[in-house]
Amino acid sequence: MTDATANTTNNTAGEAIGEHRSMWGDVWAQYSTHRGAMVGTVIFGLIVLAVLIGPFLHTIDPSYIDIRAKNQGSSWAHPMGTDQLGRDTFAQVLSGGRVSMAVGITAMLLSLVIGALIGVLAGYFKRLDGPLMRFTDLFLALPLLPLLLVIIMLFRDTLRKNFGPETGIFILVVFVIGITSWMQTARIVRGDVLALKEREFVLAAKSIGTDERRIISRHIFPNILSPIMVSATLGIASAIITESALSFLGLGFPSDFPTWGRLVYDGVVFLEQYPSRVLWPGLAISLTVLSVNYMGDGLRDALDPRIRGR
Amino acid sequence: MLNYTIRRLMMAIPTLLMISFIIFLLLDLAPNDPTGNLPMTITPEVREKIKISLGLDQPIHIRYALWLNQFFINEPLNIMAEWGWVAENPDRLRVRSWATRSPVVDLIVERTPQTLWVVGMAFVVGILIAVPLGVISAYKHYSWFDQMGTFISMVGFSVPTFLTGTVLIVIFSVYLGWLPSIYDTTHEVTDFGSFWHQVKQMIMPVMVLGLFNASQISRFMRASMLDNLSQDYVRTARAKGMKERVVLLIHVLRNSLIPVITVIALLVPQVFGGAIITEQIFKVNGLGQLLILGIQGADIPLVQTLTFIFAVLIVFCNLLADILYAIMDPRIRYD
Repeated sequence: MTDATANTTNNTAGEAIGEHRSMWGDVWAQYSTHRGAMVGTVIFGLIVLAVLIGPFLHTIDPSYIDIRAKNQGSSWAHPMGTDQLGRDTFAQVLSGGRVSMAVGITAMLLSLVIGALIGVLAGYFKRLDGPLMRFTDLFLALPLLPLLLVIIMLFRDTLRKNFGPETGIFILVVFVIGITSWMQTARIVRGDVLALKEREFVLAAKSIGTDERRIISRHIFPNILSPIMVSATLGIASAIITESALSFLGLGFPSDFPTWGRLVYDGVVFLEQYPSRVLWPGLAISLTVLSVNYMGDGLRDALDPRIRGR
Repeated sequence: MLNYTIRRLMMAIPTLLMISFIIFLLLDLAPNDPTGNLPMTITPEVREKIKISLGLDQPIHIRYALWLNQFFINEPLNIMAEWGWVAENPDRLRVRSWATRSPVVDLIVERTPQTLWVVGMAFVVGILIAVPLGVISAYKHYSWFDQMGTFISMVGFSVPTFLTGTVLIVIFSVYLGWLPSIYDTTHEVTDFGSFWHQVKQMIMPVMVLGLFNASQISRFMRASMLDNLSQDYVRTARAKGMKERVVLLIHVLRNSLIPVITVIALLVPQVFGGAIITEQIFKVNGLGQLLILGIQGADIPLVQTLTFIFAVLIVFCNLLADILYAIMDPRIRYD
């Protein structure tokens, strides 16, 4: 008898676990029905894998100069051909991808931190709302690309001197992209915080005497994670595009330490004879950005409770 | 309406002042030496004197005030003097480019039309493509046209403008040889033949920016149409027995265009940024190319003025969009 009861309780417990639906489970269920997002995830995963593991499989050094094998087309030894100095384009695209991805992800993180901080402060503290939002509007009215170019022109040499040519330009590019792309995140986060602040659970937390730092970190912040995640994905895409645009204008990374944008810039000179030299890195940028944008689209749908229910 | 416009104009002034201060500060704090380009034979004492003669020993707020005075009072007067509106005054200072020694404003006046033509046409092309695309996509939601349209617009704003530009050159100039890959600014339109040449050389730069615009605008157009199509007034209009075309093109389209205007305004900075890149690709000698030249030559006065001009253009376009918004949607004007 006791056994039987124990069994039934076990069964109900088991069923309850089976039926248990977590928020992230629901989000995943919705995300996986978005065809574009799934294809995007797979392609983005493949590109990341290729960039991380590729250099170990395709072992040609991207800066190795083999002048006798210059300007070659695609072959088994050089899947994307070689450039005017005989450097292997495939190896360059792989190592350039590492830098491009690293810039994209770090710049996105920086802009998220700034955006979330300003958004939370502006949304939560009424006194800061006005000034911080005016500040955000001001940044939205700035001519960003010209300013980025000017900042890089002015501070490039100093940073290179202090941190070495590669780290210096990396810090500079990440920093300038980060501080010029946080505005959308800040606005979205502020809107959400304004709405959350009036909810009952925040009132409850306040009434038991929780201090403001804890309310923000324990009650507000977990609830604004979804818009932050969407901004994060879209932020990677725009950071990669901005970095490649800077490199394309000749003001990003140097050509012995190339990124995808720099490879396009170097290839444009030979556009009429060897268009493939522009197309391969260009294709890499476009595919990455396209797949990240699709992932962002899917994530936005999946995290929106109004759509997820259906 | 006039009140609203004036109030909006007044709000633009502090924004512009702040932007000018940021640009001024940025260039002022930059760790480089304005006498660095002078010959090495000049002794340090003379260098100090040159710096003093350039006014660099003054405190920062005075230099900023002088710069503002130069930028907002002297230079507009100089332009007016050139057009013959006010008397020439040889004592009035001019901001001169360090590289070309000619007044910066002259360089800018010379190059603005090309940029404005390309950017303006790109917006026209973008809207002409995006609005029908968005309307049909939303009306035939989930059809193959919608799926294709959404995919193409996603590709359109994922592919960077410098790549679309180079691909277009490869296809239309290198392989097909239909269009010139370099924009000839000295070309003058005198008859139909030269007009046709002008059209041909404008197609590619305009299309690169236009397609980027179209892909952005059409996404918002589609979303806004979808929002409006499910509203009650649409059902009422249909129930009254109105033709589908009238419901769609007059009732829904007009209401859907309102939020799209904001999007267009927010696109302006991106498009000016894109214009810098397209001008670089197609060798259009507009403002963007001038900026790149200035940056490569570390021509501070030129770069400073140009960045500020870009800011003015962006603020002005935002202003225009806000006013348009108020005209389209009377609820916006709370006066």
